[in-house]
Amino acid sequence: MKTLLEMSGVSVSFDGFKAINNLSFQIGEPELRAIIGPNGAGKTTFMDIITGKTRPDEGKVIYGEKSISLLKMSESQIAMAGVGRKFQKPTVFEAQTVRENLAMALKNKRGPFDVLLYHKTKRGAARIEELAETIGLTDSLPRIAGELSHGQKQWLEIGMLLAQDPRLLLVDEPAAGMTPAEREHTTDLLKRAAEKHAVVVVEHDMEFIRRLDCKVTVLCEGSVLAEGSLDHVTSNPEVIEVYLGR
Amino acid sequence: MNGSFLSQNRSVFWFLLSLAVFVLIVTVLSEATGNGMISTSFVKTLGKTLCLMLVAIAMDVVWGYTGILSLGHMAFFGLGGYMIGMWLMYARIEIIITESLRAAAIPPTPEEIHDAIGTQIFGVVGSSDFPPIWIFAHSFWLQIAMVVLVPGLLALVFGWLAFRSRVTGVYLSILTQAMTLALSLYLFQNESGLRGNNGLSGLQNLPGLDAVPQAQISIAFFWASAVALGAGYVLFAWVVSGKMGSVIRGIRDNESRVRFLGYHVESYKLFVFTLTGIVAGIAGALYYPQAGIINPNEIAPIASIYLAVWVAIGGRGRLYGAALGAAFVSLLSSWFTSGGAPNIPLGFYTIQWTDWWLVLLGVSFVAVTLLAPKGIGGLFDLIATRGSAEGGEKK
Repeated sequence: MKTLLEMSGVSVSFDGFKAINNLSFQIGEPELRAIIGPNGAGKTTFMDIITGKTRPDEGKVIYGEKSISLLKMSESQIAMAGVGRKFQKPTVFEAQTVRENLAMALKNKRGPFDVLLYHKTKRGAARIEELAETIGLTDSLPRIAGELSHGQKQWLEIGMLLAQDPRLLLVDEPAAGMTPAEREHTTDLLKRAAEKHAVVVVEHDMEFIRRLDCKVTVLCEGSVLAEGSLDHVTSNPEVIEVYLGR
Repeated sequence: MNGSFLSQNRSVFWFLLSLAVFVLIVTVLSEATGNGMISTSFVKTLGKTLCLMLVAIAMDVVWGYTGILSLGHMAFFGLGGYMIGMWLMYARIEIIITESLRAAAIPPTPEEIHDAIGTQIFGVVGSSDFPPIWIFAHSFWLQIAMVVLVPGLLALVFGWLAFRSRVTGVYLSILTQAMTLALSLYLFQNESGLRGNNGLSGLQNLPGLDAVPQAQISIAFFWASAVALGAGYVLFAWVVSGKMGSVIRGIRDNESRVRFLGYHVESYKLFVFTLTGIVAGIAGALYYPQAGIINPNEIAPIASIYLAVWVAIGGRGRLYGAALGAAFVSLLSSWFTSGGAPNIPLGFYTIQWTDWWLVLLGVSFVAVTLLAPKGIGGLFDLIATRGSAEGGEKK
């Protein structure tokens, strides 16, 4: 397992509030990693930094074999380098069909002229069908995404994430609004993706994390509080105090 | 642009068909080619309307599809007009001067002719020297290239600066207003080299075609405008269909999400802004020879606001809506403001439409925005609901 992403000594503050405080983090490829932490622990900011939405005040974020720094790259360059993200609140293009949403995410050239002269290929169409089957939206392909239920939008966004074929998947609360059966399906999907890629899952639901059966990082006040197996971190007295309560 | 494109965009077919029928009707009713039921001046009005429809669909692509509320696109339209106007004035005065000097004892040198043209054109602003920007004015083809290049370059540079700094929303609208205002104020100066507030005039007289009656020239420009509108419609329908349309509508609805999918949003905005700027320039180059005169007032900020109003009333997010909105509102506007509409005496007060038209337009704009956001184009949904059950067209 090689290291794919390495953050070291990263700090960010918003108006004096330290959202991320000297955070160091590593993930290999392939690896599945869960991140837990109380509200305001910096989980979303952590993803914002990796994807280029937020620039840290200090620290390094190194990615890939060539050890490139993500801090100098734009959001779209980082995405093209293989970092995909699923947002906490499902953000799909509601005015467009499920098929269009997936087609937009499909791994292809991203320049305006490439897209203008893009022709639908059999391979692309087959890939969309395949993805739609994986996320259980085959019958909904021609539907407008805005009509989907919350759970289906979650699925669509996971499908869009997979369509990008990223090396590092950042998944923010994938199970919110899903039925137990759907949660199980999501777990399988993430586990399967983690056989080849690096997958970071932020989740509140302990049951879900237990099913993922992977290394867990506990964030608190913008830095790593504990790291290890779920049983290991949940027996840590500090973690119990800040996160599990009482 | 093959069969599958047309079959997926039935509105393109219907638009082109309606346009062709309209052109045919005007042709057989015009003075030059038909029975003369439509006057030459009205043919010019219709030809100009087609040009406004073209710039309106460009505006729709920028605003309705990509979500950039540009309030400066009439600057590109006006610049296109100025560029063609420079050649029209130069070439026509060159012919007049060459004619008048033919009888002279000593034949004039080319420099003398050039100077005489300069005196003729710039006398009105107290000058006789050609400013450097007139360097290509003697050549039709070079000046035609300028019609595309000047608005295109302005759009490219302005867009690059604005989008690169991630200026969006109302701030971008204000910036585009500032651009068109600055350009208009600059052109108002006599030193700008484009005859200040006099602008360029006599553009309806085509060089070397003095013998051809205006009736024929007007119908020719009408045809040219119709061809440009049809071509522009197909071009934009193609751009907003397929994956490009998907991406730019994505930018409109959620810009940052598109970024996280790996698309460089700024390049897309710049592409759309520049392409529509160029088309606006071409529309202007066809409009002003029919109007006969262009001056800096044409690119005052209000002109671009009108453009946005047309598109809003017509229904943004669909090309035919924008085209219909521009035609409907601009024709209605000239009817009301030219005294065509009867005044309404209320006894204690008479509503004079020349004064009250803007109030009516403003009220309609607010009403459409609040009550019928789909605008005139939304009416077609009522007709199309039956057919679209099979999922033929989405836009």
